[in-house]
Amino acid sequence: MSLWQYANPVKFLHLSGKIVPTLAVLSALSLVISLYWGFFLTPDDYKQGATVKIIYIHVPSALVAINAWFMMLVTSLIWLVRRHHVSVLASKAASYVGVVMTLVALITGAFWGQPMWGTWWAWDPRLTSFLILFLFYLGYIALWAGIDDPDTAADLTSVLCIVGSVFAILSRYAVNFWNQGLHQGASLSLDKEEHVSDVFYFPLLLAIAGFVLLFIMLTLVGTRTEIRQRRARALLARSKG
Amino acid sequence: MIALLIRDLRLAMRAGGGFGLSLAFFLIVVVLVPFGVGPEMSLLSRIAPGILWVGALLACLLSLDRIFALDYEDGSLDLLATSPLPAEGIVTVKAIAHWLTTGLPLVVIAPVLGILLGLPEQGYFWIVLSLLLGTPALSVIGTFGAALTVGIKRGGLLLSLLVLPLYVPTLIYGAELARRGTQGLETGTPLLMLAGITCAVTALLPFASAAVLRINLR
Amino acid sequence: MPDLGKYAFAVLSSYGYSLALIIGLVVFVVLRNIKARKALEAIEAEVNHGKD
Repeated sequence: MSLWQYANPVKFLHLSGKIVPTLAVLSALSLVISLYWGFFLTPDDYKQGATVKIIYIHVPSALVAINAWFMMLVTSLIWLVRRHHVSVLASKAASYVGVVMTLVALITGAFWGQPMWGTWWAWDPRLTSFLILFLFYLGYIALWAGIDDPDTAADLTSVLCIVGSVFAILSRYAVNFWNQGLHQGASLSLDKEEHVSDVFYFPLLLAIAGFVLLFIMLTLVGTRTEIRQRRARALLARSKG
Repeated sequence: MIALLIRDLRLAMRAGGGFGLSLAFFLIVVVLVPFGVGPEMSLLSRIAPGILWVGALLACLLSLDRIFALDYEDGSLDLLATSPLPAEGIVTVKAIAHWLTTGLPLVVIAPVLGILLGLPEQGYFWIVLSLLLGTPALSVIGTFGAALTVGIKRGGLLLSLLVLPLYVPTLIYGAELARRGTQGLETGTPLLMLAGITCAVTALLPFASAAVLRINLR
Repeated sequence: MPDLGKYAFAVLSSYGYSLALIIGLVVFVVLRNIKARKALEAIEAEVNHGKD
C-alpha cells in the first residue's frame, strides 16, 4: 500500500486523527523549549546585540512561508493530474498557515531591521520578495473565497498557484536585480546562518523543527476541516435532490 | 482568428468600447502624481520613468475585465469555445486585441505625458522602447488574470489583486530600462530580461489562460 | 528577563506580535475544525434520522 491510499478521504481522516495530537504535543514542546532557550539562555551577538534573538522566530517562519507555498505547488499539481480532492484541500489548508508565517517573517524582519538599518522598512531583496510572496498568498486565498463551485475553485487556484510560482521565482531575480546597486554591503542577510555559531545554532534548529511540526499539524487539521465541509455540502445536496 | 481580432478591435473602438478610457486614465494618474508629491520639476523628472510605467500598468489593469466579460455576459464566449478555434488561439487573439487597443495607445501617448513630468530628453526614446517591449507582456498576463475571474461577478478588485503581483517582474525590468536609459547607464540586462519576459509569456502563458477559460466555461 | 538593552522594544515587539499571530492562527484553525465537525455530525444525524 503506497502513500496514495491517503487520497481516500476516509483513510486520511483516520490517519490524520491519530497523528495530529502527537504532532501538536511535539511542536508545542519544540517551540516552547527552543524559544525559551533562545530567548533566555543565549548570549547577545557582538554585532547585533539582543536583536539576534529575533532569529528564532524570523528564520523558521520564513522557511515555513516559502516551503508552504512549495507544498501548495506540489499538491496543486497532484490535484490537476490525479484529481484527488484531499490533495487540493491540503493546499488550501496550507495557504492559511503560509500567509500568517509570511506576515510573521515580515514583521520580525521589520523589527529586526529597524535598529540595524535605522528604518522600519527597507526594500532589501529578501524582505521585498517576502512582500511579493505575501501578495501571492492573498491572491490565492481570495480566489478560493471568490468562486462558488468548489471544483472550479480548486482548478483555478491550482493553476494560479503554478503560474504564480513561476512569476514568484522570476520576481526573486527581478528584485535582486532591482536592488543590487543600493544596499551594497548593508544588505544584511538576516536569515543566512553564515557564521552562526553553535550557541545560536542548536536552539535555532529546534525552533525550525517546532515551526515545521506546527505547519504540518495545522495543515492536517485544516485539511480535515475542508474534507468535512465538502462532505457536509455533498450530503446537503443529496438530501435536497 | 483574424475575424475574431477584427471583431474585437471594432467593438473596442465603438462608443462605450473603452478605447479612450485607458488613455484618459493614464493621463489622470500622471496628473495626480505632482499633486501628490509636489510640483518640483527636479524631483518629478527623476521619477518620471517610474511614474509613466506605473501609470501605464494601472491603465492596462483597468481595461482587463473587458477582455472576456462582455462576451461572457451575452453568451458569445460559450459560442467561441465551441467553435473550431482552439482556446489557446482565442486567448492569444484577445490579448493581441487588448494590446492594440490599450497597450499600444499608451505607448504612443507616454512621451506626451512625459512632458508633464519633465522627462529628460534622452528619456523619450527609452520610455517608448521599454513600454513597447513591456506592454505586450502586460496584455498577455492580464488576459490570464481576466480568464481566471471571468465568471466572478464584480471580480474587478480580485482581478487586480491577482494580476498585480504577476506584473512585478515586467514593471521592474521595464522601469529600470527606462530609468537607466534616461540616465545614460548600461541597459543591456533589463532590455534582455524585458524582451525575454514578453517572449516567454506570449509563448507559454496562453496555454494556462486557455486551460483556465475551459475550466470556467464548463 | 535578560538584559536586552536598547533592543528591548524590537525583540519584545517581535516576539509579542509573532506569538499573537501564531496563537491567533492556531485558534482559527482549531475553531474552524470544531465547527465543521459539528456541522457534519448534525447533517449526518439528520440524514440518518430521515432514513428511519
